[in-house]
Amino acid sequence: MSAATPPLHLRSSTGRARRRRLVGRGMELLATLASVLAVALLAIVVASVIKEGAPALSWDFFTKAPAPFGQTNGGIANSIVGTALMTAMATAMALPAGVLIAIYNVEFAPPRVAEMVRLVLNVLAGVPTIVIGIFVYGLLVVGSGQSAAAASVALAILMLPLIARATEEVLALVPASLREAGLALGGTRARTVVRIILPTAVGGIVTSAIVAVARAAGETAPVLFTSSIVANLVSTDVHSALGSIPLSIYVNSESPSVHDQQQAWAAALVLLVFVLVLSIGGRLLSLRTRRQIERMR
Amino acid sequence: MIAETPAPASTFRRRRPRFGDAGLRVLAGVAAIGSLLLVALLTYKVVDEAWPSIAQFGLSFLWSEDWNAVTGEFGARDLIWGTAFSSLVAVAIAAPVAIAIGLFLSELAPRRLRAPVGALVELLAAIPSVVLGLWGIIVLGPFLQQHIEPRLGDWLGFIPLFSGSPSNVGLLPAAIVLTIMIIPIVASISRELFLSVPGDLKQGSLALGSTRWEMVRNVAIPQVSAGLVAAVILGLARALGEAIAVSQVIGGGLNFSASVFQPADTLAGRIASQYQGSTSNLQTASLAYLAVILLAMSLIANITAQLIVRRIRQRMGGAH
Repeated sequence: MSAATPPLHLRSSTGRARRRRLVGRGMELLATLASVLAVALLAIVVASVIKEGAPALSWDFFTKAPAPFGQTNGGIANSIVGTALMTAMATAMALPAGVLIAIYNVEFAPPRVAEMVRLVLNVLAGVPTIVIGIFVYGLLVVGSGQSAAAASVALAILMLPLIARATEEVLALVPASLREAGLALGGTRARTVVRIILPTAVGGIVTSAIVAVARAAGETAPVLFTSSIVANLVSTDVHSALGSIPLSIYVNSESPSVHDQQQAWAAALVLLVFVLVLSIGGRLLSLRTRRQIERMR
Repeated sequence: MIAETPAPASTFRRRRPRFGDAGLRVLAGVAAIGSLLLVALLTYKVVDEAWPSIAQFGLSFLWSEDWNAVTGEFGARDLIWGTAFSSLVAVAIAAPVAIAIGLFLSELAPRRLRAPVGALVELLAAIPSVVLGLWGIIVLGPFLQQHIEPRLGDWLGFIPLFSGSPSNVGLLPAAIVLTIMIIPIVASISRELFLSVPGDLKQGSLALGSTRWEMVRNVAIPQVSAGLVAAVILGLARALGEAIAVSQVIGGGLNFSASVFQPADTLAGRIASQYQGSTSNLQTASLAYLAVILLAMSLIANITAQLIVRRIRQRMGGAH
């Protein structure tokens, strides 16, 4: 780690040592360039979205539904409302289930069963989101038609493993001494979990939910077949299909009309800001929680 | 949920939660079993939706090239090629870059830079795929068409892969968008892996006179090589299953072309672009069949990666 100065024999500039040092420097340079590349890619994409999207932003963009075909001055209010409702419903399903799974794994499950549940959660996290879309289509849409409720089930399936895994990590961080103290005071297992462990880990659980929301709000594939045939008006009826921001970007991005593409960029800017703010916020919160828990040890 | 125990004298105990131990255990257990059932149901349902097509075409679906909604002939060969090609190119580019990033963030970067650069790399993963696809279709595609593809064609045009006229949609932009998507995934796993290499091993190597790169090559990478393989497999799985961004930039070509400049399609991309407008039950079922193939690929990739990780953990557990 602390190899700021090279070992003595490398400071001599005999051929072999020099070559080794040069190779080392070269590799370090390549690794640095790779990181610069990744950050540059982020900057390029974000800059494009800001440059193309910002001019099309206006008050109307947030408060109006899309304009009828051929007209301008429309907005994405229906999509914003749809995304908000669907993400909220998905969180309401995935958060309790995910936390319960994490509690089961950390507090109750025999090691082998916990391992099995973990494996399945990882598998679920790896299922392509388009396949989740097909699944929910067959499960809920065939027969009863598209609805925001069906889409939120698809989003919840996507969020579940994210929340469960992250929550389990945080629960496992809670010092055993706290758990033992709770039990030693005569608390039952359940009481210890509810009164001591969950409050200690609450920051981490909230973080996991934030990260999952950021992910779900930007997903197109799960809503593509479950809530995509939408009217251009603001609605809060979750039994019918509702628009969503990613879907509006997807549809407009494939349009040949410059106006539609501009709407897509503007919607992308809104989505990107939302997702990045949540991701950064979640990250900061998670650092704080971890530090708090570690201080308890 | 559970019958109240006889009220004890102490007020402390009377304020016990509404449900006791058994209640919470059952509730949590049901949620956990629910997740197992969910995966089983998902697999069953997708296969069930694909059944008409599976029954009609059987395994020959995999190497049949037709995709014709009018004649009702469906096959996945070209889509499997498009998926394999775009994902493998993406992984081939992303893996070395991402592992280098992992090294940079764990070994090389000045301490003060590690957290912020690491956070930025992770933000790259947070960009929604539809936004990346929008950027791919409007910025990247035309850029490749005007500046990169003509040059590639001039230099390497004798290879069929780089023949044909430049286009703003096709395999090349799809592979690049996928590369951008999987770099942060592989990079953050690599970083964790390199950080897990015991410090005394690294310092021992340095103390024996290695340069930092020699330490990385001879000590750190061999220590975590299996984990790096797992990370790359996870990246590959992500690339295989990406539907939205790919369907935006790949052009949805119906004809097979060996050139990376030409429109093509992938399994996931075809599902995204046709499922909604499917004209027959057989087409819908065939699209679901594509989903079955995707699901199988992702299950194999994820389980393989996890078995590797588990073996590492057991070995590490044994070593300490």
